[in-house]
Amino acid sequence: MNPTTLSMLSREPHVITAGTALLGEALDQQAVARTDVDWRPPVPGTAAALAAALADPRRERANALAVGRMVSARPRLAGVRPAREALGLEPGTFLHAGPPISWERASGPMRGALIGAMLFEGLAASPEDAEERLAAGSGITLDSCHHHRTVGPMAGVVSPSMWMLEVADAEHGGTAYCSLNEGLGKVLRYGAYGPEVVERLRWMGDVLGPALQAALALNGPLDLRGLIAQALQMGDELHNRNRAATSLMVRELAPAVVEAAPGHAAEVLRFINGNDHFFLNAGMAAAKVSADAARDVPGSSLVVAMARNGTDFGIQVSGLGDRWFTGPAGVPDGLYLGAYGPGDANPDIGDSTITETTGLGGFAMAAAPAIVRFVGGDVADAVAATTSMYEITLAEHPAYQIPGLGFRGTPVGVDVTLVARTGTLPVVNTGIAGRVAGTGQVGAGLVSPPMEAFTAALAALTDV
Amino acid sequence: MNDLVEVRAGVYRDSVSLMRVSQALAALPGVSVAIVAMATELNVGLARDAGFAVPAATPGDLLVAIRASTDDAVQEAAAELERRLAAREAAGAARHEDRPPRTVRSAARAAARDAAGSGGATVALVSVPGEYAFLEALDAVEAGLSVMIFSDNVPVEQEILLKDRAREQGVLVMGPDCGTAVIGGAGLGFANVLGPGPVGVVAASGTGAQQVTSLLDLAGVGVSHLLGVGGRDLSAEVGGRSAIQALRALDADPATELILLVSKPPAPEAAGAVRDLGLGTKLVTALLGPGQDDLTTAVEKVLGALGREVPAWPCWPAPPGAPGTPGSECRGPLRGLYSGGTLCAEAAVIAGNGEFTDFGDDAYTRGRAHPMIDPTLRLEALDAVESGVVLLDVVLGHGADPDPSARLAPAVARACGRGVAVVVALVGTDGDPQGLRVQAARLNEAGAAVFTSNAAAARHARDLAAACVHS
Repeated sequence: MNPTTLSMLSREPHVITAGTALLGEALDQQAVARTDVDWRPPVPGTAAALAAALADPRRERANALAVGRMVSARPRLAGVRPAREALGLEPGTFLHAGPPISWERASGPMRGALIGAMLFEGLAASPEDAEERLAAGSGITLDSCHHHRTVGPMAGVVSPSMWMLEVADAEHGGTAYCSLNEGLGKVLRYGAYGPEVVERLRWMGDVLGPALQAALALNGPLDLRGLIAQALQMGDELHNRNRAATSLMVRELAPAVVEAAPGHAAEVLRFINGNDHFFLNAGMAAAKVSADAARDVPGSSLVVAMARNGTDFGIQVSGLGDRWFTGPAGVPDGLYLGAYGPGDANPDIGDSTITETTGLGGFAMAAAPAIVRFVGGDVADAVAATTSMYEITLAEHPAYQIPGLGFRGTPVGVDVTLVARTGTLPVVNTGIAGRVAGTGQVGAGLVSPPMEAFTAALAALTDV
Repeated sequence: MNDLVEVRAGVYRDSVSLMRVSQALAALPGVSVAIVAMATELNVGLARDAGFAVPAATPGDLLVAIRASTDDAVQEAAAELERRLAAREAAGAARHEDRPPRTVRSAARAAARDAAGSGGATVALVSVPGEYAFLEALDAVEAGLSVMIFSDNVPVEQEILLKDRAREQGVLVMGPDCGTAVIGGAGLGFANVLGPGPVGVVAASGTGAQQVTSLLDLAGVGVSHLLGVGGRDLSAEVGGRSAIQALRALDADPATELILLVSKPPAPEAAGAVRDLGLGTKLVTALLGPGQDDLTTAVEKVLGALGREVPAWPCWPAPPGAPGTPGSECRGPLRGLYSGGTLCAEAAVIAGNGEFTDFGDDAYTRGRAHPMIDPTLRLEALDAVESGVVLLDVVLGHGADPDPSARLAPAVARACGRGVAVVVALVGTDGDPQGLRVQAARLNEAGAAVFTSNAAAARHARDLAAACVHS
């Protein structure tokens, strides 16, 4: 392009207007094509930080690079291994969902899951014993899953003997892990720790994990990018609905399971088939490996992790390293199972927001009409939830598309500056855990992250 | 406590609809527990945990378990359940509801998507409060769009940063505090209705640009483009960053035969940079200040250069008997009450003395609309004048007050009634929506002398004031 010319001088005028309505109307009177901005002031107190963050000369290129890496990741399910092997976890070390948290500040379901993990690892004789040992803290190490290339749904507790899905990024070479999904009801990730929970975990380690590992070895890695893209077109949003993805996964792996573990194939396949959310954990590891590919780009305001530990909601930002920016975890607004109600709900918990971080879950609600009632009504609300996310994201996913939106890519890559400018928070779909340890799941719904996590990250962007 | 437990074979509903039904039933008075769910192992277990005696069931059955304080309440809940199960789902067809974009960034994407093929938006017009204008303007530049920043109170360092980024992107930043632009025939901000023509205008002055283009229009000469650059562009700090880009762009524009640059006196560095551009197109400058051509003279030079005749600029002398006309009393000094900064400065230079106020200055517009939209402050000032001569401007065009004489003419009549001579510089064209001649006639009938040339109005007011002093 000739640098001295201006394209607007030779083209039919089409004006974007932001601000005074009068000036827009003046253009309408002239019948000039116009796109109006529904402009509102940014979140109070952020104007100076926004100006400074936007002025950062690195930002635009850094964000393009970071989100480009996020959407070009090619996650593949490569294997299933015990955490002690895959992550080098020592006995007494437990990973958990969300930003780092101490036993003292841990909520009911987080404590319940830790108790269950102690029992599972044989580190306590009874729940009471486990609780005492966890409270005393000696020989116990708690750390955030995210610090170990790992994500865990709900409480997200990972102990050395648990078997992990290993997802490798064929594009950038990263690896990420997530535990195996236990099913619904009274399960460890919702803070249940009864004998049936521990027993199931043992079966998963003795039978399920090895069978899947053998099947994957036989079948070769499973292309999760392709599988997720297909599941979105079959009505999943990959967070609260994983029915299509689970079915696709079974279809891909069943022959290999039968061949690799003939003695256990029926029970393994029955277990997976009986749990519409079995794929969730593989999807989360795929999201984690994609988000990790976008980490550590200096100057980038892209969110690379959103996670909750049941007490705090935390985010991490590409240009800000491993720092967490947190606010109080909210109580989800949702629908309840059985006789449970809002009073039974624990504040928001789990690493499954890694799906929203990479443009799935709540961001892809428009793809999942079957579960739109979680967002409070009809399909139009789901479309509205997804379209509002384009306002705070940097890109549209090239592979993850929504048929109902004309195969538009899902909104992907939350930019903290856009959150502060529009006051629009990420839409997060979530399960709801019971607040009392041992209860399990009580419902599912929607939750809003705390704005202060985003404004704190914005402020930090201008400090570095 | 009254329990209702029921298992209905072969009734399938999705779990979320049923959770909503449960929620609705549980909210009924007297109901303590309501479980309406498919009879999966999990749900049956939950109901049994809640104390219900659930008979054998399969996951394909519908489980209903309601507990309420009275039998009536149970019956009420059961009836509500039937209503809800029978109710057809409202057809929530997927409407591709177009939500308006929330940022210029998002609007640029939307325009590119919706107008696929035409190339999307060409320019952004930002008029949000000054402290936020930078964010929206930067969006435009990053999206490869030129941007007009109508907002004022934008820090100069943000202006410089925007203009430097724009130059890298090959787009133009017009403003901040840019009141007018005409691009490809579209008037942005305060813009008079102008025909197409050979004159390209670059203006660091909004009302100055409106004056010259309106006079050209009255002389039958149109403009190719009018590119505002913001009142600070030719300052030492900004250094003419946008003026240089705009001049080069018009130089390269085949429709532009002559360029007119309108500005308050530029900083010497900026003036030098502009002078050294080596443009191929003839450049006429109107740089206001003592010893410089006024805007009307600059327009006359443009007409000369184009070989066009200079017309008599329309004016309407004050009606007989009005203050300032022969035989009427006149006492007191000259006051200039302006809405346009450049017009105010031009008039002050021509008048030589008198007290001039620019109501469009940042000091008067913080938290308030521009006086061309909201005339309240200026009308109050006019009502407070007890004697002498008042000179004021009225600027027409898109964006401006749709009928300025509606409030101004009565105030002019009141002023004339107090013996104040009123002179109006009326800037506009015959195409303007307010109607140049209608406005002129109403103000004139109210007692004002009306001029389409601000310079002529200022000379007239100066002469009246001089006569007052001598009388």
